[in-house]
Amino acid sequence: MTDLKRTPLRDFHAANGARLVDFAGWEMPVQYRSILEEHKAVRRTAGLFDVSHMGEVEVKGPDALRFLNYVVTNDVSKLFPGRVLYSPMCYPSGGVVDDLLVYMRGADDYFLCINAGNIDKDVAWLHEQAKGFAVTVTDRSADYALLAVQGPTAAAIVQSLTSEKLDQVGYYHFVDGTVAGIPCIISRTGYTGEDGFELYHPAGSAVALAEAVVKAGAAHGLEFTGLGARDSLRLEAGYPLYGHEITADISPLTAGLGWTVKLDKGCDFIGRAALLAEKTNGAVNKVVFFKTGDRRIVRADTPVLGADGAVVGKVLSGTLTPILNEAIGSALVTTAAAAAPLAVDIRGTLINLQLVKPPFVPLKKS
Amino acid sequence: MSNVPSDLRYAKSHEWLQLAADGTATVGITDYAQNSLGDITYVQLPKVGATLSAGQVYGVVESVKAASDLYSPVAGTVIAINPALDSAPETVNSDAYQGGWMLKLKLSNPAEVDALLDAAAYAKLIG
Repeated sequence: MTDLKRTPLRDFHAANGARLVDFAGWEMPVQYRSILEEHKAVRRTAGLFDVSHMGEVEVKGPDALRFLNYVVTNDVSKLFPGRVLYSPMCYPSGGVVDDLLVYMRGADDYFLCINAGNIDKDVAWLHEQAKGFAVTVTDRSADYALLAVQGPTAAAIVQSLTSEKLDQVGYYHFVDGTVAGIPCIISRTGYTGEDGFELYHPAGSAVALAEAVVKAGAAHGLEFTGLGARDSLRLEAGYPLYGHEITADISPLTAGLGWTVKLDKGCDFIGRAALLAEKTNGAVNKVVFFKTGDRRIVRADTPVLGADGAVVGKVLSGTLTPILNEAIGSALVTTAAAAAPLAVDIRGTLINLQLVKPPFVPLKKS
Repeated sequence: MSNVPSDLRYAKSHEWLQLAADGTATVGITDYAQNSLGDITYVQLPKVGATLSAGQVYGVVESVKAASDLYSPVAGTVIAINPALDSAPETVNSDAYQGGWMLKLKLSNPAEVDALLDAAAYAKLIG
């Protein structure tokens, strides 16, 4: 795995028993002791995820707001300093370049968190679109490491390491502060459906911060958690993953993310015309979430069968939830078929898909 | 380091076999196999009475990561399957050689056992 990129915590993970795999070109911990046990730990106590492979981009300048509102579908003008916004970023076709978080740090000063596998593509896209706007777009991905502390005890753990008053930092808000003496963007966000924080910090301080969080977490049931649990937790919460529920061919409207597409935000934006047409005419396909009542995992790309046995779509993501002990997943199916019974064939057994509006389990985000 | 008990025989496809004095054998997957698969979520086993040839697929083991075929190390008739794996497939992870057993076979040709790897040879294979 010599060609894989490494986060500053690669050796820390190896020393703590992680199983390291290739994830989007990065050597990342997929699990420590058990994906299923790590998943349960995040729902019950807390988990520590290294997500330093994610990308960070600064967007600064007098046109920063106007530019961002042109490249993303959600309404960036709703932000104020300290507020975070989730948004897709679309192609003119309405397909998705990436989904990202927009942080407003000050007037003309924004910060984006983007998916690891999309960093080069996104940065090139942003530079291309920035022509004609008075903005500077700077890829800061190599400068930042990112640790996510997620779960019911996450706030207590992070609070024990900072003087910032975290009870005053609401969900999808952030503060600049120090954690264990290390300067951090302390962001009350995450990808698990639990309360928790994402801590952006200088890459050179990653090991010190991780060690401090682990030490503080010992009294709060904190466990090392890998990307395997991160994926099953996000699917259980009903969150999309780029490349699965949203892609260059699956628009945010098709994916059920209509709340992130502000067609009437008062300015044109890339993909608006196509998304308006999709909304007006109705989408051909839609993303649905399902459970099966069976433990057999329904894997991505499995054909989805309609009532008459014809193929009406395909599975996008599938896993087993250790909370419900059954297979859950998402699928892209024709809108016409979505109202009728759906099934998949697993090794000769027909398994019915029970459509569910996620989250699959009750969540207690703050 | 994987556990490779010295009193068992092994197939290159990572199943273990324990021969009993009455000519029956118990079959499961090795510690190395369960560790490679990760969290096991489902085990599909044949019906009692099924006849298997050596190397034949007898079932499927699913982990969070993937579904993998299971191969019978020898020919025989299935005389029992482990009923506990239906509700607790993770037993294969925690106890691959005891509680995680999968099949009991009445062997068609007990001499086939001699062709399987011994512990030293299997340990070298997974080295």
